[in-house]
Amino acid sequence: MTRGSRFRNFAIGSPMLWIAVFVVVPYLIVVLFSFLTRDPEGIVTWTLTLENYREIFSPVFLKVCGNSFILALGTTALTLLLAYPFAYILTRIDENVRRFLLVLMIIPFWTSSLIRTYALIILFKANGLLNTFLLATGLISEPISILYTETAVFIGLVYTLLPFMILPLYASLLKLDRRLMEAARDLGATSRHVFFHIVLPLTLPGIIAGSTMVFLPALGLFYIPDLLGGARSMLIGNFIKNQFLTTSNWPLGSAASVVLTLLMFLLLVWFFISTRRAHSGDMETVK
Amino acid sequence: MKKVFQSAYLAFIFLFLYVPIIVLVIYSFNTSRFSTNWQGFTLDWYRMLFTDGPLMEAFANSLIIALSSSTIATVLGTLGAFAFYRYRFLGRQVMYSFVYVLMMSPDIVMGISLLMFFITIGLSVGVTTLLLAHVTFCLPFVVVTVYARISGFDRHIIDVAKDLGASELQMFRHIVLPMLMPAIIAGWLLSFTLSLDDVIVSFFTTGPSFEILPLKIYSMVRLGIKPEINALSAVMFLVSLVTVTAAHFFFAKENK
Repeated sequence: MTRGSRFRNFAIGSPMLWIAVFVVVPYLIVVLFSFLTRDPEGIVTWTLTLENYREIFSPVFLKVCGNSFILALGTTALTLLLAYPFAYILTRIDENVRRFLLVLMIIPFWTSSLIRTYALIILFKANGLLNTFLLATGLISEPISILYTETAVFIGLVYTLLPFMILPLYASLLKLDRRLMEAARDLGATSRHVFFHIVLPLTLPGIIAGSTMVFLPALGLFYIPDLLGGARSMLIGNFIKNQFLTTSNWPLGSAASVVLTLLMFLLLVWFFISTRRAHSGDMETVK
Repeated sequence: MKKVFQSAYLAFIFLFLYVPIIVLVIYSFNTSRFSTNWQGFTLDWYRMLFTDGPLMEAFANSLIIALSSSTIATVLGTLGAFAFYRYRFLGRQVMYSFVYVLMMSPDIVMGISLLMFFITIGLSVGVTTLLLAHVTFCLPFVVVTVYARISGFDRHIIDVAKDLGASELQMFRHIVLPMLMPAIIAGWLLSFTLSLDDVIVSFFTTGPSFEILPLKIYSMVRLGIKPEINALSAVMFLVSLVTVTAAHFFFAKENK
């Protein structure tokens, strides 16, 4: 064996082996467990069943999932509404100012979400700054309790995940060819037409990427309801965590994880299809 | 008018992102333990923080895990990106999709899958399992970062090296590695930060025998607000601030 082929085998072998052992095998275990039966004595018995999936789609659990879905969809919608104009404005300001603002935008992205969630607790406390501020401005006459409500969890998710929406949107808006907008305007299109027929379709990959990066964590970030929502568990993430930590129903937790992963696949496929479509749009304009 | 409105909107979003953190930093210097009123400047909470044994130990553990897992992930990820670029092998396409799946997959699913895997093979959770888990979730980010740079390479450079008689290893070591260095550093920094901040995967893959900072903070915060945590959060925010700014200017210079 030559030196070269030994290196080749090492370069291929070590990372692929790692992925096979620590990604593929664990995922297969999750899939396998999702079809097994829970054993109150041990962990599972080797009886194949579809019961876990039936349980996930039962009214009780659909309510948990439905609630989590609404919260995640709301978070995605609000972060998108907040981030899109922000990213759009950011791409059209002066280069020097933008370079500075870009750093300012990336810092929260890299700051621990746990610490950013903790910062909200301080703000939301009954005698916290938000209440003090609202009382001082006369908007409210007595302290309102935000902490440990569903609103707090919602604000917490939006606050934590907003940077994950901004960055992909910014990246795709930056790539947008402005000449297309000018051409459309020259041909008599209104601002609204330009936005809905040119800007929006061409930045759709960015919108989907951002939405995926917000929507999936919004289903799983169990520590946000834990810290901001009191004892109530509201997310699929809390549900899965509880199956492993409190009720030790591994098969049910596994089935919920499989459903979550399938959801991710659907979003990824959607992303790739829309990216391809946006790119083929580019090609048509070149022709 | 439009300009004013645009600036106001930018300011509004930046305020939304920064006000909570700034308030937290200010409170970390507040004398009062419970009240949110300003009662004078103090460094006591920082002094308490740096003399808190278990907290400092958790911090040291976090640093050890972050440094070692990001280094292992960077070595494996760089090799992986190179292998995906240079070689054709069985399962290449499948493995490459797995890299993406791994990067996008919800943290909680990765956490429980690794937990079940470790229990199945009889490895009790602690420092080893935590290290394995952190390398695993950092790996795809290194592969993708390095692959993005390597795919912009001129393939002829490799052909020339081979024609001149370089072995695969020599070509990798003397041609590819130096050219990839900025992406390798970026991948390492990315992994380091990811590892240092991770809560969810760590939650499932370590035990009481090996505590790390984010989990320690998580359990402390659940019991209520403590001024020491304000100080600790301020320190961690400062670390992110310095790392991001340094990385940004390093790469801004590199790209010129």
